[in-house]
Amino acid sequence: MATDTAIVTRPAAPPGPLLSFWRSFRENRSAVLGLAVVIFIILVALLAPVLAPHDPLEQFKGATKLPPFWLDGSDPRFWLGTDAVGRDMLSRLMYGARISLFIGLSVMSVSMVVGITLGLAAAWFSGIIDVIIIRIMDLIMAIPSLVLAILIIAMIGPSLTNTIIAVTIVYLPRYVRLVRASALAELTKDYVTAAKVAGVRPFRLMASTVLPNCLAPLIVQSALGVSDAILEAAGLGFLGLGAQPPTPEWGAMLADTRDLMQSHPWVMAFPGLAILMTVLAINLMGDGLRDALDPRLKRS
Amino acid sequence: MIKFFLKRLALTIPTFFALMFVTFMMIRLVPGDPIEVRRGERGISPERLAQLRHEMGLDQPVLKQFWDYVWGILHGDFGTSIISRSPVLHEFFTLFPATLELTLCAMLLATLVGVPAGVFAAVRRGKFYDQALMGAALTGYSMPIFWWGLILILVMSNTLHLTPVSGRVDLIKYYYQPVTGFALIDSLLSGQKGAFGDALRHLILPTIVLGTVPLAVIARMTRSSMLEVLEEDYVRTARAKGLANWRVIGVHALRNALIPVITSIGLQVGTLLAGAVLTETIFSWPGVGKWLIESISRRDYPALQGGIMLISAAVILVNLLVDLTYGLINPRIRHGH
Repeated sequence: MATDTAIVTRPAAPPGPLLSFWRSFRENRSAVLGLAVVIFIILVALLAPVLAPHDPLEQFKGATKLPPFWLDGSDPRFWLGTDAVGRDMLSRLMYGARISLFIGLSVMSVSMVVGITLGLAAAWFSGIIDVIIIRIMDLIMAIPSLVLAILIIAMIGPSLTNTIIAVTIVYLPRYVRLVRASALAELTKDYVTAAKVAGVRPFRLMASTVLPNCLAPLIVQSALGVSDAILEAAGLGFLGLGAQPPTPEWGAMLADTRDLMQSHPWVMAFPGLAILMTVLAINLMGDGLRDALDPRLKRS
Repeated sequence: MIKFFLKRLALTIPTFFALMFVTFMMIRLVPGDPIEVRRGERGISPERLAQLRHEMGLDQPVLKQFWDYVWGILHGDFGTSIISRSPVLHEFFTLFPATLELTLCAMLLATLVGVPAGVFAAVRRGKFYDQALMGAALTGYSMPIFWWGLILILVMSNTLHLTPVSGRVDLIKYYYQPVTGFALIDSLLSGQKGAFGDALRHLILPTIVLGTVPLAVIARMTRSSMLEVLEEDYVRTARAKGLANWRVIGVHALRNALIPVITSIGLQVGTLLAGAVLTETIFSWPGVGKWLIESISRRDYPALQGGIMLISAAVILVNLLVDLTYGLINPRIRHGH
């Protein structure tokens, strides 16, 4: 009986909850818009090698600082113009979508796996293990996020992989604390006691009985975590501490546009717009997810 | 009450020790040793290197080195900058007022605009104003502020010539001794005509840029907190008594709605102190954040180590203060419920 309950309450398994989730999600028009934009960006990122008109790293001699198509002096080969060394802006933006989404999703999935493991461990073992895990998370949270990321980058050096490592460490406490708090709340409930009495082993109890009931806030957190990670990584890229040139990372692309700002403002405009659009779309979607999945969280 | 204070204070002590441990480890994990960085620049002989190593205590056991580091910090010795040769603590306190001034102005802007905006949105729930405002707030929250800063410079400074591009004051026109370290106060004290206005104009753009995200957060938070309070019985009672609408909203509802908002404002000061890194870099604002970034590119690890330690300590202290104040306002927290 106990295991039956576990299966029935798993939110994703039967079609019922999914359908009801979609019904309440689509009521929120801006969330649906956000979802559409997110799908669009994912498609662009996946299909970048097919869609992009040029190689993002190729420098066209004699075609530097070209304006986008609606301005005088544009070149039909380069829809959104070219940057200071003659690389196609549109192609760089498309490949940039790959990098940003890759960062966001990597940070999210690693934080989810590590966060769930540590959070469940803290909730289950309690005592000294709980204290150690929570103390470490508190320490990470005590250091301001960008400063901590800078500290980590200073130690391990600037690169795309290290950006992911740094941002993951910075955002890990949110996941751990969230999982631990929801797991602790679930552990006091009758169905868990029933499962324990029925002889379910700890690992199975935590993974397949308790965890599914903690998922709603975790899904919301992971959606918003993706957008936070993208912003943080772009900030590091802008400071020269993230992905290194000539990688078409949006933040890094912005960093070397300052000298061109006055004479060729579009070189600066597009990467920033791309970041804003992506982050905004994910946040709109995240707000919708929160309202649809977990009405209790609506207030925040 | 005193018990709560002491308990909360005691909790920060292990955090400080852990922080010291992390910053201590940092300088050890950096690729290449700091002496070698120095040798590369100045061609020091192996004997001199050994001597330097001894002077800096790098030939001691690690545990002893950590103890010396902690001992130094407890006595106010946060190391010496490799580049400027001056104590890190001194450099930090020369630059910190600039960061603090910027942070406080940004917070002031965010609060003064965010709270009324959130209240209006709550009162006009679901109407056009509410939707437009919440859309704007989410956009602000999603804004890459380094790009936002560049856009503002492009429009306000380069095109409209309304504000200066960078720095804290026009050094060619005005000079005054730093008394408090706050440009606004020092320029007033200097008595030079126009100096205050100049300092103020330098502050405008960085304040907007740094204030954007907290403004969005405060507006969203005030709105939801206000919506919750407006449903309460005592608000209905106030209305039933026939009180004017503005009085019900502005006095009865707002007071209670603001409690969570105030906490979040306090906690954001800490985040902002550190978040100023990006803003200071864009506007060449001579504060702690810009200094940290420059220390990285100069490979000035002692400055970086001490700077990170100090800025984190400042944030931890601000958060502690917020907690204690909150305990004063809200007895439920104090008694640990």
